[in-house]
Amino acid sequence: MPKTYTFPMGGIHVNKYKNTSDISIEFAGLPEFVTIPVKQHIGAPSKIIVNKGDKVKVGTLLADFDGVVSSDVHSSVSGEIVKMEALPNANGYEETMITIKVEGDEWEPSIDRSPDVVKEINFTPEEIVQKIRESGIVGMGGAGFPTPIKTSIPEGKKAEILIINGIECEPFLTADDRLMQEYAERIIMGARVLNRALGIQNAVIAIDENKPKAIDELQRLSKLYIGVNVRVCKTKYPQGGEKQLIKAITGKEIPSGKLPIDVGCVVQNVGTTFAVYEAVLKNKPLFERIITVSGNACANPANYRVRVGTPVSFLIEKTKTSMDDVEKVILGGPMMGTTITNINAPTTKLTSGVLLFKGAEFNKHHQTNCIRCGKCAGACPIGLRPFAIKDAFLHNSGVVELKELHALDCIECGCCAYSCPAHLPLLDYCKLSKQELRKK
Amino acid sequence: MDNLIWLNTLVLGGVAFVAALVLYFVSRRFYVAPDETAEKIAAELPQANCGGCGYAGCSDFASACSKADENGFANLYCPVGGAKVMSKVAKIKGFSAAKKKPSVAVLHCQGTCSQAPAKVIYDAVSSCRIANQISVGKSGCPQGCLHLGDCVKVCKFGALSFDEETQMPVVDRKKCTSCGACVKACPRGLFEIRELSAKGALLYVACRNTQKGAAARKNCLSACIGCQKCSKLNSEIKVENNLSTIPMSVDADEWGQQLAEACPTKAIVYKEKAHA
Amino acid sequence: MLKVSTNPHMQTTRDTKSLMFDVVIALMPAAIAALLFFGVDALRVILTSVAACVMFEYLACRYWLKNGNTTTDYSAVITGLLLAYNLPSTMPCWMILIGAFVAIILAKICFGGLGCNIFNPALVGRVFLFISFPVQMTVWPKPYLFRMFSPDGETGATTLRMIKSISQTADSSQAMYAFEDLPEYWEMFVGNTGGCIGEVSALALLLGFGYMLWRRVISWHIPVVFIGTVLLLTSVLYWTTGNAKFLPLAHIFSGGLMLGAIFMATDYTTSPMTIKGQVIYAVMGGILTVIIRAFSAYPEGISFAILIMNAFVPLIDKFAVQRYFGEKK
Repeated sequence: MPKTYTFPMGGIHVNKYKNTSDISIEFAGLPEFVTIPVKQHIGAPSKIIVNKGDKVKVGTLLADFDGVVSSDVHSSVSGEIVKMEALPNANGYEETMITIKVEGDEWEPSIDRSPDVVKEINFTPEEIVQKIRESGIVGMGGAGFPTPIKTSIPEGKKAEILIINGIECEPFLTADDRLMQEYAERIIMGARVLNRALGIQNAVIAIDENKPKAIDELQRLSKLYIGVNVRVCKTKYPQGGEKQLIKAITGKEIPSGKLPIDVGCVVQNVGTTFAVYEAVLKNKPLFERIITVSGNACANPANYRVRVGTPVSFLIEKTKTSMDDVEKVILGGPMMGTTITNINAPTTKLTSGVLLFKGAEFNKHHQTNCIRCGKCAGACPIGLRPFAIKDAFLHNSGVVELKELHALDCIECGCCAYSCPAHLPLLDYCKLSKQELRKK
Repeated sequence: MDNLIWLNTLVLGGVAFVAALVLYFVSRRFYVAPDETAEKIAAELPQANCGGCGYAGCSDFASACSKADENGFANLYCPVGGAKVMSKVAKIKGFSAAKKKPSVAVLHCQGTCSQAPAKVIYDAVSSCRIANQISVGKSGCPQGCLHLGDCVKVCKFGALSFDEETQMPVVDRKKCTSCGACVKACPRGLFEIRELSAKGALLYVACRNTQKGAAARKNCLSACIGCQKCSKLNSEIKVENNLSTIPMSVDADEWGQQLAEACPTKAIVYKEKAHA
Repeated sequence: MLKVSTNPHMQTTRDTKSLMFDVVIALMPAAIAALLFFGVDALRVILTSVAACVMFEYLACRYWLKNGNTTTDYSAVITGLLLAYNLPSTMPCWMILIGAFVAIILAKICFGGLGCNIFNPALVGRVFLFISFPVQMTVWPKPYLFRMFSPDGETGATTLRMIKSISQTADSSQAMYAFEDLPEYWEMFVGNTGGCIGEVSALALLLGFGYMLWRRVISWHIPVVFIGTVLLLTSVLYWTTGNAKFLPLAHIFSGGLMLGAIFMATDYTTSPMTIKGQVIYAVMGGILTVIIRAFSAYPEGISFAILIMNAFVPLIDKFAVQRYFGEKK
């Protein structure tokens, strides 16, 4: 067994439920309508450049980035734009979305649709960043931070290592796992493209132990490419957290309030890396992604290739699940994902999973008294003391104490709330404390 | 034996003497001159330490009053004590008191569980702020009450109570001091400190929903649908973003009855003087 | 209707009840040892104490406390067991009832119930009984393996009392006890010595410790550091002074050290929450134990040591902070 890497502080072991890791990626199909939100990233909403009634093709630019922290949005289907107005998103709040009536499946001619893997990189770093920007790529791990910003190193800083985050520590999700199993070579090429953009020759693909097939495949292929290495990490939550991953691979800790680049690291999700490969070498903008549809209420769990804007309900129907059995629908993983109320809401570039749950295991458990066991502090990968943050927040001790407790460093992984034997909503208190601190 | 008594007396007396000396010098060293005006003002204040004035507490407000010049003093107001207390404070300072009409907190939502039935089950910590982040709330109205009572928890005067039947907070106008704690607590800003009319009546639009009429109506039978009936009656009322707002210049005593009756969804609320 | 809730959507199944139940299981070997050495008397003490504690907890939760019922989570059972383990087998039932009342009502419920108490309830109960009824609390029936009833109320002294009295008498010929009277170390380890019913068998307690470690109920820090401190300190003192009252292995294997360090100092509510704090707490507890055992009027000091350290827990919790991620060491 090769050496495994991990982070030293906190963390928890959760049930994996990776029952979809051997199910191949399948195209979800085209719905009748897609609704594409113009804001699928952190930062300013994009500027719409199309009009109602316009005919669009797959990959046509719909909205242009507006400001530095913003991203392009492309059409994921071909058809006619029927509506451009505020529609309820997954949480029920209204957001500007472009509704397209699907007609056929006609792609922009510039997209290279051949199945061959392109292995030549004939671009300068600037061209690569430009192409990434034009393709609307954002961090697909869930944060949605525009990738072009991450790939252009600010002045005075230097990237030393590129870490491709192939760790899917959330239970149920297997989208990245399948991607690595089926498109390993393309991911390696994506890593090389990113390496070129960063001007370095050092990429590490980190995978957790419970994906033996992906590890084998990538290890075999990485031997053919200089500068790309595979590192196996321990299966532990939240191994895929940026700070934890950097600590595991390089041994460096990002100081409070700093970014990975401050310790010379750039971390990209495998999904993002794959999108970068397609964008730069195949001219294909980001308009589809892999989504795991699973959960204990899901009749036929599967990994789908889904066009952005496909309604969640379309995917649920595809698995032949009756909504009568479902108590909870979650976008993302069970640890950090959010429940949704509107199943007609579209999937976005950031949706890594649609999980359908029922039963006691995935509901909130009965809360009891805090018994001061300290298990939350033991589980916190940042070394916070969630019990103290909870007390400080509830007793209104003020922002000074919350600041002393480093509440702002919380990565909201949920380890504290998971491990609490009294089932207290510790993460909620941490989140509220962070808001309290940010307000001041 | 005698020696022992003497020894004890001496030792204990000595310790007491030294301690007294230390206390004396420390109190001299860290002496803070009392602000007499501030103390006088503080004596007049309600001492609820609610923070409604914008200061940390009553003594903080008192020292701010004592330091303020005439212009600065005009901006200081204790909403809890109201005009009565402020005139006393003004007398101490020798300034004229700022004139403010009596006011109460009003809730701009009528989304009770019968008017805006629940469409989802909320199963998380009982906090409006958390609920506001993770969903639009039970009724589906993105600007409506979340029914978890953050406002009730912050009210220091017992003026807000939670009606289990309607799942809505209720303002007791008799007890409300218009300190504004609920205004700050509500993540959707549904509270407003609203002045009472000359006869002590209230007139306001109990809705903050800016969705189009049909969308708003789908979630809540009491929503303002932006029909503009009220603005046709009184041109001072403006309907913007499908939502009507009644400015304070519309006299509640004169228009209240008429406007409330005209509103098709009963979103306009007219309440006469609260009787004891 | 769909449910809305905050993440995480999975929570551990190791809730308070399951953790507490594991502690009850871990306490069972000591109960068996008590039965073997003290017969049905031990059973009487254990049953009375547990029944009384659960009853008081139930009554208090039903009629007094408003924040939920904690009767069913085994915490009162643990208090009852620990209180019983800290009593001699001859203890009259009505005194046990008083002890249980003090433990549950005064030490736990008055502070707000489960999770709010400052002092370990069982220890408060024990110390209350110890001070109120010193005679009954220091009668130690001689243990005999596999006997059912106490033969003629034959009593003896605890090992700690013996070593203390050896050292107190200058003229060794007049000493009440001599080195020869001390039980063999293996007897102390197995539990064939005089003492409270639950504390005599180090073996049974260590079995329980192993079980709790395996089930991850507690970490090893408090018990190991606590006992290690006592061992180290008594060894140093024994080698430097040669005084029998510091006999290191006697301190470890007899008296309440094992019971205290493994089960009472590790009580979640009354011990620090971070590993760093737990180590400080255990070291100080160990030092206090040796000081009280060697230099005070009492031969046994573990209950006082733990109670004193309990009072320091809020302070330790405030200052024994873990290193934050990304912070320089």
